[in-house]
This record gives sequence, structure tokens and C-alpha cells, in this order.
Amino acid sequence: MNRTLRLKTPLSEMEIRRLKVGDIVYLSGIIVTARDAAHKRMLDLVEAGKPLPINLRGFPIYHCGPLVRMEDGRWIVLAAGPTTSMRMEPLESVAIEKLGVRMVIGKGGMGKKTADAMARFGSVYGAFTGGAAILAARHVTRVVDVKWLDLGVPEALWVLEVKGFGPLIIAIDSHGNNLFGEVNERAWERYRFALQESGEA
Amino acid sequence: MRVEEIVEDVAARLLRLAVVKLPSDVKRAIERAYREEENPLGKAQLQAIIENIRLAEELERPICQDTGLITFYVRAGADFRGLDRVELSLKRAVKKATRQIPLRPNAVNPFTQQNSGNNVGRLLPYVKWDIVPGEHLEITAFPKGGGSENTCTLAMLSPSVGVEGLKRFVVESVLKAGGMPCPPTIIGVGIGGGADISMDLAKAALLRPLNKPNPDPWIADLEHQLYREINALGIGPMGLGGKFTTLAVKVSYAYRHPASYPVAVAFQCWAARRASARIHMDGSVEYLTHKVEEA
Ligand code: SF4
Repeated sequence: MNRTLRLKTPLSEMEIRRLKVGDIVYLSGIIVTARDAAHKRMLDLVEAGKPLPINLRGFPIYHCGPLVRMEDGRWIVLAAGPTTSMRMEPLESVAIEKLGVRMVIGKGGMGKKTADAMARFGSVYGAFTGGAAILAARHVTRVVDVKWLDLGVPEALWVLEVKGFGPLIIAIDSHGNNLFGEVNERAWERYRFALQESGEA
Repeated sequence: MRVEEIVEDVAARLLRLAVVKLPSDVKRAIERAYREEENPLGKAQLQAIIENIRLAEELERPICQDTGLITFYVRAGADFRGLDRVELSLKRAVKKATRQIPLRPNAVNPFTQQNSGNNVGRLLPYVKWDIVPGEHLEITAFPKGGGSENTCTLAMLSPSVGVEGLKRFVVESVLKAGGMPCPPTIIGVGIGGGADISMDLAKAALLRPLNKPNPDPWIADLEHQLYREINALGIGPMGLGGKFTTLAVKVSYAYRHPASYPVAVAFQCWAARRASARIHMDGSVEYLTHKVEEA
């Protein structure tokens, strides 16, 4: 029932449209971290009609503020677990529409605005296991680049090369399905049913 | 070594043990959940968690990058000498551990939003004292992540709702929390007393070993009922579906005022970090939650 897929970035719209909620994905290629401050700056640039320092078209954005260390002039990623995605909800739809972001990775899922943009423009949400910071770092093979370090290490745009990065559970697909929402609705239904059974409601 | 040096040294070790290595009862509960989980998505989450726990131990790095807000539970023997200096030693230990492990600086001034940078600030680390008979000092380091803290709830219920009402409040708190506290969680429930007492009890309940049922059979039964009802919801690991939303429910209670019925629900994420040790007056140290080769 649940398919396991290995994908390479950049991702095409066709590859993304084929994904369904519940698919398990392992990614290889380039992913770019961005949290609150980076999102704000990206969208300010979009509004001003200015280019970004990195082309995100076809690439995933990862909601993560990594823990890094400089060793012999090279950045090493020590921990790179996901942060709560919902904080980026007001801004993510614009990144999907204007920057061509094909996948958003984080924890906890996102809201309707993002899900709508994903359906319209062909993008998905991949949930990475909350707290599994070392596992995530293990799949980072190289720090390719970093931009906007002036925002601070966790808030900067880290361009990471990854191999077999996952498991990413597709929790929002480009067909209007939202797994977190479905699980939550069913949980409330089960609860109400159990109350009725016990003559409570 | 002087007492304050021993306390500082032990507390810093406890912080390291806590953030790098989960207690064996928690690990066993997660492994059991992995074996018994039937939902493939939930199972994949548990597999990633187990792999992450293993890597943290192997590389001696914190399990999760959020190394939490730090509380120490101290059970002080009434005849232990040097109690007046313990809090200072604990503060020093936190600064040292923050630098050495390192821990993420998580102490922020609520008005200026400034981060102290060393996990120490007004009332942090928070110290909870208990006076017990004896000559020893028992310290538990309890660093707790923000994700699971943000879903904690407290209600001043009407006494007329009874036990059924309190169960509904607990289950609804879990429903509202969804995947946010990084399930499978441990759920502490504190009942009775006043508002502060019930939350205190709920938090302290999170320290109890997961494999030991409550000695009071009536409470053990309530814990079991809540466990069953919560895991029947199907929220599952990380809120992606499955039968393990919680690893254990722990209930504590105090007598209440006739007019009030406080119920507090404290969530702990799967990264349920805690480490305890007992310091004896002769300077010897026993580690209670973790195996330590050289102490
Ligand atoms: S809730 Fe726990 S496991 Fe999840 S990110 Fe926070 S500290 Fe880590």
C-alpha cells in the first residue's frame, strides 16, 4: 500500500504529481534549509523583483536550523532535525508559486494555504521524523554552500548535498490530500464514537 | 573533592548522560512499539527514532538538537551537609555542560527576548526540592524539549464531571496535541490539589520508570484505561497514523478542595531524557538510571 521511492533532485513536476500521501521517499541530491528569517528575506526579494542568491526551482526547502561546526575550513553538519513547519505557513505558498519549490520538508505538517499552492503548482510536503537530528545529519554528505550567514547559523540558507535522506512521509500531495488532517479527523471520529458507545455524549 | 565540586561534576555528567542516552526503560518501550506497530508509516517513524538513538550513543551527541529547558529534581537527605551550596553548583554544572557537550542555549529573557547563551537565567535551571531522611543527595537532571512542553494543558474542572470528565479532558488534550509533541509520548496526569499542585504532580509523574505500574491498583487501572483509549485514537508516531500515540500514561493525585477539580496533562516526547544519581556523604556516587563505567 505504502510505496517506497528513491528520488533525485532537481525534481520535475511530473515526478511530484505522481506522489501520493503515504508514500515514503528517500532523497538524494541538493536540499536547501530555510526557517523563519530566511523565508521572510526570500519573500522580500520576490516582492522587490530581485533574484535570490540560489535558484530553488525544482529543489526542496527543508525547515531546519542545523547545528554545524567548522573543521579544517569546511563546514560539518552535526545535527539537522526538522523544526515545526506551521510557523512558515503564511509564507510558504509564495515560495512554491514564485520560486518553484517542489518539496517542503519539516515536521508537524502545514495548513490549507500551503496545501492549495501545492495542488496548483505541483509541490509536496515530506514529513521527517521529529527529533531525529543525528539521523538527518548522517544523510548529509557535504555542505555545498551557505548564504545569508548574517541571519545567524540556524537561520541561514544551507545548501546541502544529501544521500538517501529520509524516511520522508509524503503528508501533503499535489492532489489536495493532507495526511495529518485525515489522521486527526479520524481520531476525533473514533473518540466521538467511543463516547457514544459508553453512553457519554 | 569538596561537596560543591562533587555536585557540580555529577550534575554535569547527568546532563550529558541525559541528552546523549535514553534510560533503558524508555528505549525498551520504543523498541516494543516498533515491533508491535502495524501502520507502515508509524513503523517507519519508530525505525528512524531507534536508528537515531543508536547513532547518538555511538557518536556521543545529543539525541535531539533541542536539548530542552533544564530542571533538576533534588531529593535531599536531611543530614546531608552542604545543601545551601547545591543550587550554585547546579548552575555551574549547566554552564559547563552547555559549553562542553554542547547543549543548545535555551534560556531567553521573556521581555527582551535575549538569550543568555548558557542555559542559566532567572530561576533557571529550575530546582525542585524534596527533603527525605538520610545522609545522601539524589539528583535527577530533566532537560525537556519545547515541542512537548507547548502542548501541556491544565483545566479547573467542575467536580461534578467526575472521573469520566477528567478522562475526557486528558484524551481531548491528546487529540488537540496531535503530532506536535513528537509522539509516541509519555503522558503525565496530575489530579487534585490546586492548579500548581496538579501540574507539579503531572510533571513529576514523567520521571517514573515506564515499566513499573502504579502501586495503587485503582490508579494503575486508570492509567491503563487512559493508555488504551489514547492509543485507540490512531494518531500514531509523529501524528502520521498508527497505534502508538503514547508509550505510557502516569497518574498522580492529591486530595482536592470540595469546590475544585484540577487536572493537568504534561506531555513528554519520545526523547524522554532524564538521568539520576545519588551522592553519599563520603563522596561516593551511584548512578541510578544509566550504566556508568568510570564515575
Ligand atoms: S518535542 Fe522532543 S523530540 Fe521533538 S523536537 Fe522537541 S525535544 Fe526533540
